[in-house]
Amino acid sequence: MQNNSILKVENLNVKLNDEKIIEGLFFDVKKGEVITILGPNGAGKTVLLKCLLGILPYKGKIEWQKGIKIGYVPQRLPFIKSIPMSIEEFFKLKKVSRREIEEVLSSVGYRGDFSNKKIGDLSSGQFQRILIAWALVKNPDVLLFDEPTTGIDIGGEETIYSLLSKLKEKRNLTFLLVTHDLSVVFKFSNFVICLNRCPICQGAPKEVLNSEVLKKLYGEEVKFYEHHRH
Amino acid sequence: MDQFLLSLITGVFIGGIAGYLGTLMVIKKMSIAVDPLSHLILPGIALAILWGFDISLGAFMSIVIGMVLIWLLEVKTKLSTETLIAVIFTLGAAFALAILPEEEIEGVFVGDISSITFLSMIISVLLSVLIFIIIRKIYSKMILAEVSEELAKVEGINYKKILFIYLISVAIIVALGAKIVGGLLTASLIAIPAATAKNLGRSLSQYSMLGLFFGILFPVLGIILLKFFPLPAGILITLVSGVFFFVTLAFKRK
Repeated sequence: MQNNSILKVENLNVKLNDEKIIEGLFFDVKKGEVITILGPNGAGKTVLLKCLLGILPYKGKIEWQKGIKIGYVPQRLPFIKSIPMSIEEFFKLKKVSRREIEEVLSSVGYRGDFSNKKIGDLSSGQFQRILIAWALVKNPDVLLFDEPTTGIDIGGEETIYSLLSKLKEKRNLTFLLVTHDLSVVFKFSNFVICLNRCPICQGAPKEVLNSEVLKKLYGEEVKFYEHHRH
Repeated sequence: MDQFLLSLITGVFIGGIAGYLGTLMVIKKMSIAVDPLSHLILPGIALAILWGFDISLGAFMSIVIGMVLIWLLEVKTKLSTETLIAVIFTLGAAFALAILPEEEIEGVFVGDISSITFLSMIISVLLSVLIFIIIRKIYSKMILAEVSEELAKVEGINYKKILFIYLISVAIIVALGAKIVGGLLTASLIAIPAATAKNLGRSLSQYSMLGLFFGILFPVLGIILLKFFPLPAGILITLVSGVFFFVTLAFKRK
């Protein structure tokens, strides 16, 4: 593997229940990059993350740099709110010391009480922060993030992306984000993989994304409004 | 040994672990599964009474046979598990009723705590302690898998393995519980202490310990009430549990 390349994916093919989900995907990830995986619902984005995590079967090659630590922020945890569990107990599920809980919580900007505060009582913004902190435990080198909830208030002036940028700087992280939010792709990432079961295109967002590609990716209806988004 | 003491010790141990395990079942939204499971143990209890061997042993054997039967039928017929469970479980109940003499029927359905022997008390205590240790070990893994199977897998948890251990533990506890509350009221040992604990618990540790606590308290109260009411212990324990559940409901937040 080339130096500073931390992930190599070659000819990835995924079939679930006899249905082809991903076909012939190739890409490389270098240290410090922010990769976005863009595509419509059902395009195989989450499946791709799960293959990278090694929790779904696939054909082809997924080669991580040796000894690399991966953190994972899942998309939704629908059942967690019905469990009577404090924030501290949620971290204790993976045997984290109190000091480390304090450290990761402060790095995502959560300053409230965590030993008594119930997970079920958190706002969705606070909960998103907690999930990111949970993934940061044990200092991962790479963060895989499934659909960061855009447009939600995570408290203060901060958006989820300013938080992620800050984390990237402070912790020297590499990101792989699944999203269908174009503003995220342009503002935050330096490499985009367009996926709709088959790979459509990949490269720097400004170079590869144009209305033609997006039409192909999402169908006719999508308007291309990169320039007047803020 | 005094029969009262035998019942009490057996009730404390089986009730405690049933309440503790119940907290996991409630979180996994599986407490209703106890009900059909307990129907499945009826033929085993019936045979145990007829042929004079331990009720829990009979119950456990019929759970295992029932499960294998359901699994085989599912593979062969492609009918859904849920349909097959309905078929097998009701047949089990009918079979138990068919082979039992009328005077034994009550014991099978609501339990007969006076039939507990010294040996069966010892076995119940040992099995309860063993299962408590096992469940304690897999508890946080089960919770994480309930939060998200993916997160659990990423943490290297073998979910299929711990689920299997958990299900076997449930089967053993249902079978043990049959000694105290019979085949019809097992849910009172497993689901009501946990539901009561959920009304009060503000954290996972409080919740699971309260499940254990109520699991012990309800049989103790029920067995003490035996001295005053001419009713089977299974019924008294269930009624006591119900009272606590509804009273604590008033303290439930949100």
